[in-house]
Amino acid sequence: MTKIGLEIHCQLTNLESKLFCSCKANYREFEPNENICPVCAGMPGSLPRLNQEAVKKATIISMALNCSTPEKIAFFRKNYFYPDLPKNFQITQLNIYGDTSVGGSGIITVGDKKIRITRIQLEEDPGRLIYEGSSSKNQITLVDYNRAGTPLVEIVTEPDFETPKEVRDFLNILSDLLKNLGVADPSLEGAMRADANVSIEGGNKVEIKNIGSFHDLEKAAHFEITRQESLHDRDIAIVQETRHWDDRRKITVSSRSKEEDLDYRYFLEGDIPWVKINPEIKTELKSKMPESISSKKERYVTKYQIPEQVADVLSSDKFYSDLFEESHSESNAKEVANIITTELMGLEDTREKRESSKLTATHLKDLADAIQSGKVSRNSSKNALHEILKTGKTVSQIISELDLGNVSDESELLKIIEKIISDESEAVDQAKSNPQTINYLVGKVMQATKGKADPTLTLNLLKKQIGI
Amino acid sequence: MNLKISALEFIEEAKNGNISVEEFVSTTLERINSVDDKLHAFLSVNDNVIEQAHNIDKKIKSGEKVGDCFGMPISIKDNMCIKDTKTTCASKMLENFVAPYDATVISKLKKQDAIFIGKVNMDEFAMGLTTEFSAFGPSKNPWNIEHVPGGSSGGSAVSVSSYECIASLGSDTGGSVRNPASFCSTVGYKPTYGLISRFGLISYANSIEQIGPLTRTVKDTAFMLNLIAGVDPNDNTTVNNNNENYLENIDSGIEGKKIGIITEMVGDGIDPEVMTATKEAISKLEGLGATCEEVSLEMVKYSVAAYYTITATEAGSNLARYDNLRYGYEMPVEGYEFNSYISKARKKFGPEVTRRMIIGGFVPSAGHAGKYFLKAMKVKSKLTKEINEAFKKFDLLIAPTVPILPFKIGEKIDDPVSLFLVDINTVTANLTGKPAISIPFKIVNGLPIGIQLMANSMNDKMLLQAAHALEKSVTLPEVPI
Repeated sequence: MTKIGLEIHCQLTNLESKLFCSCKANYREFEPNENICPVCAGMPGSLPRLNQEAVKKATIISMALNCSTPEKIAFFRKNYFYPDLPKNFQITQLNIYGDTSVGGSGIITVGDKKIRITRIQLEEDPGRLIYEGSSSKNQITLVDYNRAGTPLVEIVTEPDFETPKEVRDFLNILSDLLKNLGVADPSLEGAMRADANVSIEGGNKVEIKNIGSFHDLEKAAHFEITRQESLHDRDIAIVQETRHWDDRRKITVSSRSKEEDLDYRYFLEGDIPWVKINPEIKTELKSKMPESISSKKERYVTKYQIPEQVADVLSSDKFYSDLFEESHSESNAKEVANIITTELMGLEDTREKRESSKLTATHLKDLADAIQSGKVSRNSSKNALHEILKTGKTVSQIISELDLGNVSDESELLKIIEKIISDESEAVDQAKSNPQTINYLVGKVMQATKGKADPTLTLNLLKKQIGI
Repeated sequence: MNLKISALEFIEEAKNGNISVEEFVSTTLERINSVDDKLHAFLSVNDNVIEQAHNIDKKIKSGEKVGDCFGMPISIKDNMCIKDTKTTCASKMLENFVAPYDATVISKLKKQDAIFIGKVNMDEFAMGLTTEFSAFGPSKNPWNIEHVPGGSSGGSAVSVSSYECIASLGSDTGGSVRNPASFCSTVGYKPTYGLISRFGLISYANSIEQIGPLTRTVKDTAFMLNLIAGVDPNDNTTVNNNNENYLENIDSGIEGKKIGIITEMVGDGIDPEVMTATKEAISKLEGLGATCEEVSLEMVKYSVAAYYTITATEAGSNLARYDNLRYGYEMPVEGYEFNSYISKARKKFGPEVTRRMIIGGFVPSAGHAGKYFLKAMKVKSKLTKEINEAFKKFDLLIAPTVPILPFKIGEKIDDPVSLFLVDINTVTANLTGKPAISIPFKIVNGLPIGIQLMANSMNDKMLLQAAHALEKSVTLPEVPI
């Protein structure tokens, strides 16, 4: 049986400042080494100043993943030399001296499978190394400490996955969950990373590191299983080792580094006293926790009769479900959900598009109302939506400026219908004998009005004119 | 200009315009010029202080508000950061390191118009108790320049005792303030862990060390403590002292106080002169109305071993950052990969620091931690339990600060273990987080002996009151330099 376990690193990107100083947690918009201070640069004499908000956010994640949360948490030093690590130790958490990590064992359900969480720990991200130079001879390594000290949550799972597909599904659910909690935006570059350990029946555990994306994680797991199975088939022992994912060749490569042999000399970080997280704090955090994805979905289905599939898509996306909550009313909920899932999500499929979009909740509400009151056809609403995203003008302004309003003036519509009846005599005859085919004529009217004709009115007038 | 006045006397005189701060400071600089060649207390002297002193004089004359220090010249151990000033830790690794920020104690003193007259010598990275391990040469004991001044805050003690400044800030990891204070006949104080912010103090063993003042009188220490103690958002280990005024009621005396004499600190290995002095101190205290009786702290016999195990572990980690990548000395990176570069760059550490880092790599390592580091942590917690038990019965504990007299320079430098044992009476306060103070008590054969008092956590005020009472009971000769 194949077993896969994960170590997922997720930056708490929604925090204002780093884990131990007041530099920005969002390091992405700075020139190299501009988002640093004596603390995160590890200058002599500086001390870590724990960001209490980060502890709260990590506790929220732990609770959302059904993990146990201890009364007191502690931080430890993981000692190793590496150029991206300003202090040459990382402040992290572990459970070897009792349950002192922010989250203990927990469970998350993926489909009908339960994945056990081993622990959740809060730690600091190191800086970044940038390699320059064409060959190994003239290669230079540049260090950028802007990221150093960024708050990171590490989620460790038990080896409960049996297929790469399960891993992928889990990561999607986890990513949606973290986003929904308002703690992180996993879509930011480097915000969510994962290592995997993979073993097959009768073989040793192999760790795969350096996997850049979730998509690659699935591929890496696939590759590794195949590799191990082929070794097994040939009676070659699978050695316990760390392998790196080669992004270019899409294979795993044995890393000759002696990472496994490193002794991290873990000991308590004396500069950060134990942090008490008493039951009152936990109750308060729980009460402020956003509604879970599953409960949202349930509500959409039962309260607004939104189809299950639509509700599923809508509830798992924090951005759009927030937009939905803001723009829907008792009467237009279904319409709003429909616009979001069938149109908007396609139009705003990248971060850039989403950020440059001028759409507000009011736009959505007005547009849904306009569709429902027959002011604009569902068809024309698509054009309106395009225009809203681009210009941000009000719905009524766009309808009149682009002349998207439904043709609901009877005499005007009648003229068009009369012309079509005379042009399409064959179809008219057919409709007379088989009333269902009248839809063809309705389509013709729509075509002539560029989709602006009120569909109900059109049908009624057509029937009347043909006499059926 | 009389330099031999206490901080409180200086402030009184300066405040009333009886002395010119500028004149006092320039006389102090002259004093440093004339004696420091012999003593080597200073690693760098700040020559730009005259203008600062001049401005303070102007403010005093015009009746403007002046900070509580009134331009008092203070020396700072060279492991505390003063912005735009060299902070070397007496190490070649940081020979040219200019601090980019102020330590919290420094910014607090700056606000009170203190004048930082210079940075003073120490054992490299505060590891040592003689100041012989300074990469820039040892300091000398002003009572007899053939003898060590103690350490690691040797420069602090020498500068205060030889009138090169009025007060100094040192740091105490296992006795590094109290030991040189005892050897040079100044007051040296290690507060309750967390009372003074360590932000900007370059860490050696962060879980047990504290900044502490070295002064001429206990009152001066109380005054300094008023200025620098208290919660600091930049140091999560600081404790709230409710803005305690340590000078208030300093004359309360020690009548009715119960004092425990720590058996393990007055037994084997103690110099007879030190033993005699300790007995005299005890009878003085009894004469002042205290009751003294022996108390045993059994864990004390393991305390030095535990101390060196824990401090080496923390030092190994705290000093790992000195890889010469972000600051340090000139050494081009071309031709090296990371590991070969740092192992070469780190060769600039001196022998004692290297020794402790090697120990620090070993004692907490997988497979050895159980035998060494975790055992040491057990001793620490048992010792703390024991001393807490003792403080249920006693208000204070007494012992000589150092069991032996100041020894000659070079005498013990090649015998690290015998050197380590000199710390036996001071490390307990660090391992247990308790406040402790060394009070100048006696000069024997021209060499000083200090007496140490310890109190329970956050009883710093009572400790200073008791120390003041003992101090008042003795008159000591003047330093012969």
